Amino acid sequence: MGRRRAGHALLIAAAAVPLLALALRAVHGDLGANPIETIEHTTGDWALRTLLAALAVTPLRRLTGWNGLIRYRRTVGLIAFSYVCLHFLIYVVVDQGFPFQGFAIRYIAKDIAKRPYVTVGFSAFVLLTPLAWTSTRGWIRRLGGARWNALHRLIYPAAALASLHYLWLVKGKQWTPVWYALGVVGLLAARLWRTAPLTPSRRLRSASRPDTASTAPPPAG
Amino acid sequence: MLIRRPPDIRSSDITSESAYWNRRRFLAAGAGIVAAAALPRPARAAAREDDKPTPYDVITTYNNFYEFGTDKSDPSQNAGTLRTRPWAVSVEGEVLKPKVFDIDDLLKRYPVEERIYRHRCVEAWSIVVPWDGFPLAKLLADVQPTSHAAFVAFTTLYAPDQMPGQRSDVLSWPYVEGLRLDEAMHPLTLLSTGLYGKPMPNQDGAPIRLTVPWKYGFKSIKSIVKIRLVREQPPTTWNIAASDEYGFYANVNPNVDHPRWSQARERRLGEFFRRPTLMFNGYGDQVASMYAGMDLRRNF
Repeated sequence: MGRRRAGHALLIAAAAVPLLALALRAVHGDLGANPIETIEHTTGDWALRTLLAALAVTPLRRLTGWNGLIRYRRTVGLIAFSYVCLHFLIYVVVDQGFPFQGFAIRYIAKDIAKRPYVTVGFSAFVLLTPLAWTSTRGWIRRLGGARWNALHRLIYPAAALASLHYLWLVKGKQWTPVWYALGVVGLLAARLWRTAPLTPSRRLRSASRPDTASTAPPPAG
Repeated sequence: MLIRRPPDIRSSDITSESAYWNRRRFLAAGAGIVAAAALPRPARAAAREDDKPTPYDVITTYNNFYEFGTDKSDPSQNAGTLRTRPWAVSVEGEVLKPKVFDIDDLLKRYPVEERIYRHRCVEAWSIVVPWDGFPLAKLLADVQPTSHAAFVAFTTLYAPDQMPGQRSDVLSWPYVEGLRLDEAMHPLTLLSTGLYGKPMPNQDGAPIRLTVPWKYGFKSIKSIVKIRLVREQPPTTWNIAASDEYGFYANVNPNVDHPRWSQARERRLGEFFRRPTLMFNGYGDQVASMYAGMDLRRNF
């Protein structure tokens, strides 16, 4: 129990490092000529990276056979959602100026409705919200493993939309967003080719372990 | 051709960098006293709406110059490899007196004027730059355009050994831009050779660049080696990359949104809130007549 808790604490601490680095840069006035853009882009980058990390848990677990990884999947997912929320809040409050400038809500609404890259980015945020909401043990029990798993597959379209958000944002032919998109495609494809499927006995064994059963049902795949 | 100074540039607008910074220091010193007496709301609003020159370090570290990388901070880090001497600018095409100018001859030939212009990027950020340069019209008058000349095509240096961004295919190289002849002859259109009284920094388009303040920044082509007068509308780099996003005219227009973002507001670097974008970037009185009767939604 102690070791598992330490693992989660370590994970959360690691996830906070980019945020602390950003705060440190802000304190030193080192965010460049357009600090708002720097903060917006940095949180966006980390939202996408942590989403990819959440998607990587299951393939990595299959690849390594380290079933204990599953225990950290929910934490990684919640870290990703935290960065997504932060990115969205910075867009609304700091970039667009809402609610300081009440009329800015019109520009935000127009952005979401009319700018394809904003539309898909916002859609990803919307799709991820119920996943964060239902991440508690109570919700897993209430929904049941199968339905909970089905719901949480929403991370697939959400990750695809998030990488599209980045692809549609850049000007000219740039490779960085393409690498992220290929990462998402690769991690989703890894779920189609089950190179090392879980045998029924292994599945049973892992499901019968109390910690796995209580924190997360068998993987959605 | 009568070349007049546009009415919005008064000699009182021209500020030397030292005077500018002295004023900053003076204001900073007085800030404590002033802060006590809270300004009435209209005065505060007015203070935010005016156009103070953007600090030199912002103008020189936040650049879109894809020849040196796609990040805003890339050009200031990578442009040191650009060799700006010797530098020749060829003025050619539909002219009676084509000529290859050495950059230093150009600088001697045309007296440099200081002009403080608003600069609005298509990405919805803006700065105010105290440029040093001379009207393009003066140069064009000297080479005598023929009656066939209808457009002016500009070309940036192509030198992948000096411009690392040209080794990638982010855009088609060399960078090319164009203006209609009347736009090129307009007294606001500048060939800029410096800013804040200093020679043009490499990352801002040394040694000579175009400045067209009522158009989005991408029209103001940097590090020019060729100016060619032509009969037909010339191809332009961003239009080649995405014709539905970047038109030939690219006049600043808050009513015509870029397909991917709104153009109604802009972030003036250094300010927290976005400010409304002005039609023709606020130069409508001087330039709107050139576009009378044109559908600016179609000719974006």
